[in-house]
Amino acid sequence: MSAGRYRHDDEAARVWTGGYRRYDLVKEASIAFGVVLALAVVLTLLFSSPDERSSTIKSWSRTDPVDFVTTAVSELDGTSGLAGYGPPYNHNSDGQHIAFLYPQKWLGVNIAINPGQDLVLAPLQTINGRPDLQAAVSLYRAAPAQLQTAWTTAYTNALAKAKVNRDGTITVPAGRYGPVPLMMNALVAFAQSGGLDGALLTNKQFYQTDYTKALLYMADGGVLDNRAQAEHLAGDQWGMMNETGSYPGQVWLWLYTFWYQIKPFSNSANADVLVMAVMGVLSLAFVLVPFLPGVRSLPRHIPVYKLIWREHYRSVAATPAPAVAEHIPPPAFGPGGGPGG
Amino acid sequence: MSTSTDRSWTVRLRNRAVGALPPEKLLPDGQPTYVASWIYVFGVLSLSALAMLILSGTILAIKGPTWWHVSSVGHFFNSIHLWSVELFFFFMVVHLWGKYWMAAWRGGRKRVWMTGAITFLVAVPCALTGYVSQQNFDSQWISTQAKDAMNSVGIGGFFNLMNFGQMYSWHILLLPVAVTGLVVAHVLLVRKHGVVPPFELEDRLKAARRGADAEAES
Amino acid sequence: MTLAIACPPMAAVFNLNHRAGYAHWHFFLMSVPNIIVIVLTMVVFAIAILAPFPGSHRADAP
Repeated sequence: MSAGRYRHDDEAARVWTGGYRRYDLVKEASIAFGVVLALAVVLTLLFSSPDERSSTIKSWSRTDPVDFVTTAVSELDGTSGLAGYGPPYNHNSDGQHIAFLYPQKWLGVNIAINPGQDLVLAPLQTINGRPDLQAAVSLYRAAPAQLQTAWTTAYTNALAKAKVNRDGTITVPAGRYGPVPLMMNALVAFAQSGGLDGALLTNKQFYQTDYTKALLYMADGGVLDNRAQAEHLAGDQWGMMNETGSYPGQVWLWLYTFWYQIKPFSNSANADVLVMAVMGVLSLAFVLVPFLPGVRSLPRHIPVYKLIWREHYRSVAATPAPAVAEHIPPPAFGPGGGPGG
Repeated sequence: MSTSTDRSWTVRLRNRAVGALPPEKLLPDGQPTYVASWIYVFGVLSLSALAMLILSGTILAIKGPTWWHVSSVGHFFNSIHLWSVELFFFFMVVHLWGKYWMAAWRGGRKRVWMTGAITFLVAVPCALTGYVSQQNFDSQWISTQAKDAMNSVGIGGFFNLMNFGQMYSWHILLLPVAVTGLVVAHVLLVRKHGVVPPFELEDRLKAARRGADAEAES
Repeated sequence: MTLAIACPPMAAVFNLNHRAGYAHWHFFLMSVPNIIVIVLTMVVFAIAILAPFPGSHRADAP
């Protein structure tokens, strides 16, 4: 469509010089509200809403103590997802980037978490009446880094053959693990009693609302992931759009989740920042549609408008075309003297 | 007018407001004859869904975030709130499709389109903060997944999806105020500029041009 | 809590707390409820622009 033609369409739409009809805006809004209220109530009575109970570290450590301990050891020795995440939690990675842009790194560490200290050693040190445990923790802290790694690596490998005892603790084949097995069994008992959920929440004051540490801990293990996979909520399952159970989800996120399913996003370590960049550009384009040649002209070329305004075009066809476009003053009622509607 | 009223901020603001939106334009009792399609009701349906969200959300806020987990009445209002979200996005999308195919930004209405588009884009994180405030498995999963998107662009440390207190505050105050403010601006702009007139049909355009050319030649 | 005891449990007519069906084709994987919503949106849009609007033949008011 030519620029001149587009300009004509644009200018011609400024002022409506045609006819008006009586219209009750408040009545229409009231009816619309009544319709939506009725729809919401009917949908509620028919389907209710989902409310699947949260996982807790207590439930996780009870139902899958081996997975819990495996995750705890990885937090202790810095091999967990959280430990290597980078900002905003730590400096152990640069995080995601697009070309030379490193926004994750540039905006820094604002939620500093030291996984070994915050998720394992500090909670263990709150356990009273266990001098053997406190001695084990002290021994671990005092050991050189190389020895600590040797212990945790050997223990992690041994966990593949772990047995769960009746009391919920773990037994692994004999090996050189230093104080790690005692620490881990104390931690799993603490978790199974519910103490670890509380210890991870408490942060220098009584009242808490921040679940970051507990959630990151669970996210490093399999507890949330297994439930999500079963419910098709995982990222490679278009999960962003989905809801638990058979409820409709966040359908409006279809384009956000779409990119994660296709290359190059689906196998990129920078998938999140790439998708956010693409969606940022598309969102900007969405807002700026009136300024985009081609996009703004498409409605003229694909005449859906002829269906929408067919009544208007029929009444216009019934009146002869003016020899020269003439000005018709607006009627007495309705919007006083100005542009229509 | 005396010079003292010309300098009055109150009078100047009032004159500007009333000049842009006199009462008969703010609440008109007439509409152009071309407004004759069901597609036109989806704007007011979207508004109604937003009103339902605010009302049901207010009831949930009165009783606090734990209520709906332990009370069947609370669960009822939570369900109303959830289905109102679905209806809000549903009606908004149909409204958006209609407005696109009408090229409703024509005739000086670009800001109408832009405020509408930004409303949609702000409603998406408003819904996200709601989903992570549910305090159930859904919010655990959504927060631990979506945090990667926030962190990847560097805002995760400032907008922490796993911090319930922060997310709840954004959800019940900051983002609804933003959405409502944008919607009010959008509606006032529609009232100011009017509903966009139809495209002129090609044959009538050509006939009008032929008539104008003939008049010019004679 | 008194109100909760006074009101009977709000059970839904249809229990949706079970796994959803999925449509799977190559990388396209969509839950049936979401497909229903998307199709419904398109259907409602089509109806909105095609359905006759009442009173559209009324003459302009004086």
